[in-house]
Amino acid sequence: MAYQFDFSFLSEYWPELLRGLWLTLKMSVLTIVLGFLVGTVLAIGRTAHSAWVRRACGVYVEVIRNTPLLIQMFLIYFGLASLGLKLGANFCAILSIVINISAYTCEIMRAGIESIRKGQLEAAQCLGLSRLQTLAAVVLPPATERVYPALTSQFILIMLTTSVVSQISAEELTSIAARIDSITFRSFEIYLVVALLYILLAVAVRGTFWLIARLVFPRLRRLGTPL
Amino acid sequence: MLTTFQIQALLVGALWTVGLALVAFIGGGVIGLLVAVTRVSRHRIVRNLSFLYVQIVQGTPLLIQMMLAYFGLSLLGYDLPPFAAACLAIVVYASAYFGEIWRGGILTVPKTQWEAAECLALSDAQRFWLIIVPQALRLSTPPTVGFMVQVVKNTSLASVIGVADLTYTSKLINNSTFQPFQVFVLVAALYFVMCFPLAWWSRKLEDRLNVSNH
Amino acid sequence: MSPIIKLSNVSKSFGALQVLDGISFDVHPGSVVALIGRSGSGKSTALRCMNGLETIDSGEIDICSHRLGTTVEKGLLRALHLDVGMVFQSYNLFPHLTVGQNIMLAPRWVKKSAKGEARERAMEVLSRVGLAEKFDSYPEQLSGGQQQRVAIARSLAMQPKVMLFDEVTSALDPELTGEVLRVMESLAREGMTMVLVTHEMAFARRVADTVIFMHKGRIHEKGPGAMLEAPSTPELAQFVGNGL
Repeated sequence: MAYQFDFSFLSEYWPELLRGLWLTLKMSVLTIVLGFLVGTVLAIGRTAHSAWVRRACGVYVEVIRNTPLLIQMFLIYFGLASLGLKLGANFCAILSIVINISAYTCEIMRAGIESIRKGQLEAAQCLGLSRLQTLAAVVLPPATERVYPALTSQFILIMLTTSVVSQISAEELTSIAARIDSITFRSFEIYLVVALLYILLAVAVRGTFWLIARLVFPRLRRLGTPL
Repeated sequence: MLTTFQIQALLVGALWTVGLALVAFIGGGVIGLLVAVTRVSRHRIVRNLSFLYVQIVQGTPLLIQMMLAYFGLSLLGYDLPPFAAACLAIVVYASAYFGEIWRGGILTVPKTQWEAAECLALSDAQRFWLIIVPQALRLSTPPTVGFMVQVVKNTSLASVIGVADLTYTSKLINNSTFQPFQVFVLVAALYFVMCFPLAWWSRKLEDRLNVSNH
Repeated sequence: MSPIIKLSNVSKSFGALQVLDGISFDVHPGSVVALIGRSGSGKSTALRCMNGLETIDSGEIDICSHRLGTTVEKGLLRALHLDVGMVFQSYNLFPHLTVGQNIMLAPRWVKKSAKGEARERAMEVLSRVGLAEKFDSYPEQLSGGQQQRVAIARSLAMQPKVMLFDEVTSALDPELTGEVLRVMESLAREGMTMVLVTHEMAFARRVADTVIFMHKGRIHEKGPGAMLEAPSTPELAQFVGNGL
């Protein structure tokens, strides 16, 4: 085995890699925020009074969770294009990731919402809070806090998942890697570097979520105990 | 409409998908067991190494792992088909997640079980394999089956290194027919047929576990 | 004086199980009514029907000029909950909020009070239950008795006309029930209209103006607290006997 590793391409291409990293980060933040919002609305839908709303949300979740993201992305990208809708690869990528991740967030948030005991709802009702106020003040905050670890893992998965976007677009980290590869032919090295960047990103995202938890859950910050 | 030939091609692609998933279940299962056991090992170094392995695998996208396996194997001088590289990548990927799921199961077994086993004068290995593992397996079956759904879906990423699986074939057919709705809806349905029974089974297992815990 | 609460022939079933079987009674302003009886006698259900947590199958409940029939619309319930406070057996404090936030939540969100005003009011009710120094604590940092007193304060902050207490000491260790009962007794002395479901016979006898003994979904015996010392039916005699 006499393979000579050669990382010299880095000196020339690191700005491009950084640009790819930046786009990956931006895409991750956007899809995490939107995915969380849509997923939470779906989770509320899954606990709605109306059986039809519950069922519709359930079917959505099952269909999305049992088909690959890549196929969903192709369907949206090529499908919309065949209808004459040219929406741009990045837009389609973000749309499909948000659709995908919202189904997972929905199931996590639903578990959180269902963990809230009935007495909490009755207490809120007896204090005169409306359904919406109860949801906003009594149900969602502790529900989110309880499932926060699961949400964090899921959001790191989303960050990694954005690499799949490289199959339709050509700007985030993995796409940039493919481009550098096609110019320099240092395939193994470039993907090694990119793998390292993703690991760093994963560590950074985990750290950020730890900090966010301390910011948005004052009880956790003060007591440090699980809810 | 798709031709019979195209539908046949898709079904052949689906077979490759199933094959890849089976390799991932078996290979990932065996190595995953090793990961689980080493993650709770008494030896700090073993524990840390195993932890590092999991962190690296869970910190990188499967897509990148596919690339590394594909180009890495060819660097080593093996001129293997993409399928071999895909197998390697997905086995590594699945092993880290299976390992973590089973470690969770092992840790969920109450401490009193270890103590009770110790009081019966069982050896360390006997305690682990006779008392803890059977209970841990029962606890972690639902998430294991749940993760198998992820594995089946994620085999689709093997298409990027040229494995002629369902996704790869569908892309080829779409390129020639440009009937994306027909092609990808059909393909999504095929994946759904493969995944949904697993998802359903996982939920049944979980319900049964919840009932028996009451 | 006209009653502030009037139950007329109220019935309620859960499936095949008849829990309330045509009960009627009045509660006058400033009085304390204690509902006693075995578990399953319908006393908690009666209390829950009085503030709309359960809907009744037949009869009528008039409470603070609101009428609860067999169907209740949402707007009516919200208006009702402004006038009727409720304290639960399991406290039901919101675990993610501090004591102060628990108390200020409804005044701020429902009554739209200004923050300073809500805070002042929260401090005041918290002092009334003797826990002013716990304003910034979280529920899990308090004992069960303290949590229940906070729950009472939370209810008081809405300045209800009537307060309902559902076995508020049943989940507490015996040495913690005293502090909660003392708070309730002082409320009663200050003229709060109260309906309570309780297992504390001594407390019911001392504080309640009227004691209602429920048995199999009906009012079996009703009278002043002294009734507990001289039961006129064997069922109450047996119940009181068991309680002592």
